[in-house]
Amino acid sequence: MPTLKDIENKIKAVKKTQQITKAMNMVAASRLRGAQSAMESFRPYAGKFAEVLGSLAERSGEGANPLLVPREEVKNVHILLCTSDRGLCGGFNTNLIRRAEKLMVEKQQPGATVSFTFFGKKGRSWGRKSQQTIVDEQVGIVGTQFGFDVAATAGRKLVESFLKGEFDEVHVVYAEFLSMAKQLPVVKQLLPIPPIEKVEEADKEEVGAYLPEHICEPSPEQLLGEMLPRNVYVQVYSALLETSTSEHAARMMAMDNATKACKDMLENLTLVYNKARQAAITAELMDIVGGAEALKG
Amino acid sequence: MAENITLEVVTPEKYVVSEEAQIVASPGMFGEFGVLRGHTPFMTALKVGPVRYTDAGGTEHCVFVSGGFAEALPDKVTILAESAERRREIDLERALAAKQRAEKRLAEERAREEIDFLRARLALERAIIRIRLAETRK
Repeated sequence: MPTLKDIENKIKAVKKTQQITKAMNMVAASRLRGAQSAMESFRPYAGKFAEVLGSLAERSGEGANPLLVPREEVKNVHILLCTSDRGLCGGFNTNLIRRAEKLMVEKQQPGATVSFTFFGKKGRSWGRKSQQTIVDEQVGIVGTQFGFDVAATAGRKLVESFLKGEFDEVHVVYAEFLSMAKQLPVVKQLLPIPPIEKVEEADKEEVGAYLPEHICEPSPEQLLGEMLPRNVYVQVYSALLETSTSEHAARMMAMDNATKACKDMLENLTLVYNKARQAAITAELMDIVGGAEALKG
Repeated sequence: MAENITLEVVTPEKYVVSEEAQIVASPGMFGEFGVLRGHTPFMTALKVGPVRYTDAGGTEHCVFVSGGFAEALPDKVTILAESAERRREIDLERALAAKQRAEKRLAEERAREEIDFLRARLALERAIIRIRLAETRK
């Protein structure tokens, strides 16, 4: 049976935890706003980029660029795993890592090796513990406000290694931000670049009727060659943005739940405390009454 | 007076310019080109350099772009750049520091990997153009 003092201490402790989780919730909320606005301002660029790329791809022939050609033999698969640096965000990182692990198993056929690039400490420590081949690691980026140059640097390395033949396939695993309550681990192939969606016939009439008549300088093929590596940077950047936003959303939810759990615990503990207090008072009264009776005797 | 053309300069991080302009001049791969309203659809890669335009009121503006792509349509010019900033927003100190860093690296790495050398040269070029633009502001 815990004494009154024990329960009191416990209540104090839970209250403090609740304060912390509440504060973390609010911090995550404000960071989430920042991450969402970064995503918001990236959208026009991404949209325009895809549009131009699509129209260029349409005009240049198949296999116009080495970045588009799938390798016949896939020996070296590279996975770019985006996780957060910090924990306390529910199953967020576990889900991402599990997804990457699944992909790794799929790709680990005889004669094929899988290597990793990690964004975020959580993924990195998993990689170290399970002794994966780590090509590159970047911490202190996901969840902060980072610039496009971070993605460009990482993307450039991937493209260079791909062209040198060190990697035959590159995939990225990241958390797609669907809504506040839902973040989904997603796998996307970065290299070779999957066939680019061409402008749909219906859309063409509205936006792109004039596109095929563009004068290009240099030729469409050369322009495409300039754009394709950038497309990889754009994908990496968007993966990082999505993961950052998802991380904050996941943490907000986790902290919200924790705050609620604290509240429930406090209610229960207060009940127990009051009962114990009442019991103590009753016991004291019994003592006094008993003592008085004895004196009368 | 001719009609105006819409100019948009977009980077992954933000909209730098979204304005009506009378004329836009950009540093194309094969030399600077000017665009007025009614231009033939045209697409090109850009070099590092200034994009100059005259706004509807007749004031001249200058925006630094570090390469990218430009698409000209009869009524609109879109510039997709990895980074871009208006002349008054150029961080002169940072550009000077970048210049020094690039020069140092060029001196050191001449013998080493070619790619790093190329990258340092591009960085130097960006820094020099930024500084030159920043120095012309009032």
